[in-house]
Amino acid sequence: MKQLIVTLIVLFFHLLANAQDSVNHVDQTRTGLYAGGKIYVVLVVAVTILVGLFLYVIRLDRKITKLEKNG
Amino acid sequence: MRQYWWKILSIVLLIYTFIAGLLIPLPYETAYASSNLYESMRNFFFHVPMWFSQLALITVSLYYSIKYLRNPNPTYDIYATEFARTGTVLGVLGLITGAIWAQYTWGAAWSNDPKQIGAAIALLIYVAYFVLRNSMPDMDKRGRVAAVYNIFAYFIYIPMILILPRLTESLHPGGKGSEGNPGLGGSSLDATMRLVFWPGVLGWILLSTWISTLRLRVRLLEEKKHSA
Repeated sequence: MKQLIVTLIVLFFHLLANAQDSVNHVDQTRTGLYAGGKIYVVLVVAVTILVGLFLYVIRLDRKITKLEKNG
Repeated sequence: MRQYWWKILSIVLLIYTFIAGLLIPLPYETAYASSNLYESMRNFFFHVPMWFSQLALITVSLYYSIKYLRNPNPTYDIYATEFARTGTVLGVLGLITGAIWAQYTWGAAWSNDPKQIGAAIALLIYVAYFVLRNSMPDMDKRGRVAAVYNIFAYFIYIPMILILPRLTESLHPGGKGSEGNPGLGGSSLDATMRLVFWPGVLGWILLSTWISTLRLRVRLLEEKKHSA
């Protein structure tokens, strides 16, 4: 589990470095939200929604576990 | 002790695909030079895993339906139903996200593409599964009829989604002489995209399994309360 997480983190930074590269090289082909590198705004919004959803599911899981223990 | 490492794994994998899916560089040839996909190619990381995880969940559902027919334990029936239910939700999400993507790359949300039609029919068959279940008050009979129908539904789903669209011309990748967007599979899916896509598929499968287990645990609690 620990090794898996480390692998994923390393992979993620590798991809992030690639992304920075491509922003510099093919920036002229990007329009709209991608102009000026505002993709990170979208990223933050999407991840916030995802994390919120996870917190909700975790809470639900805890509640059901509690019910199972009391029943 | 209930295992929970796979729940953490699903969270890690999905956060990873969301971040990497929005940031990695796309293969220039597929995304820009030979198609009108552009940045929308990133939908591949979000739309396609819906179908992969639906397939995984209804396969689990099929497994429990067969188990129920061999040994009519009501718990198996509950498992089969709840996995099929989450699978159907994912299918609806897959259909909606597909329509949104199609609007901006194929020019119309619904273009009667064989895969769109197949997916819609397959979903309706699963909706009918729930209608059929709820139409029978007798627990024992309901379980058996629903299990038989579920097995039938699965084996209609496979040709509808995986086989028929490959035999005719399709806008989706992989169709015969496919026009429109080139195939996203095979050579156009570069190594970096694979590194984002497959963890995403696994993450969605785990998350949807997690949600299904929450639902079936509630159902089992209800069942226990009724029998007590």
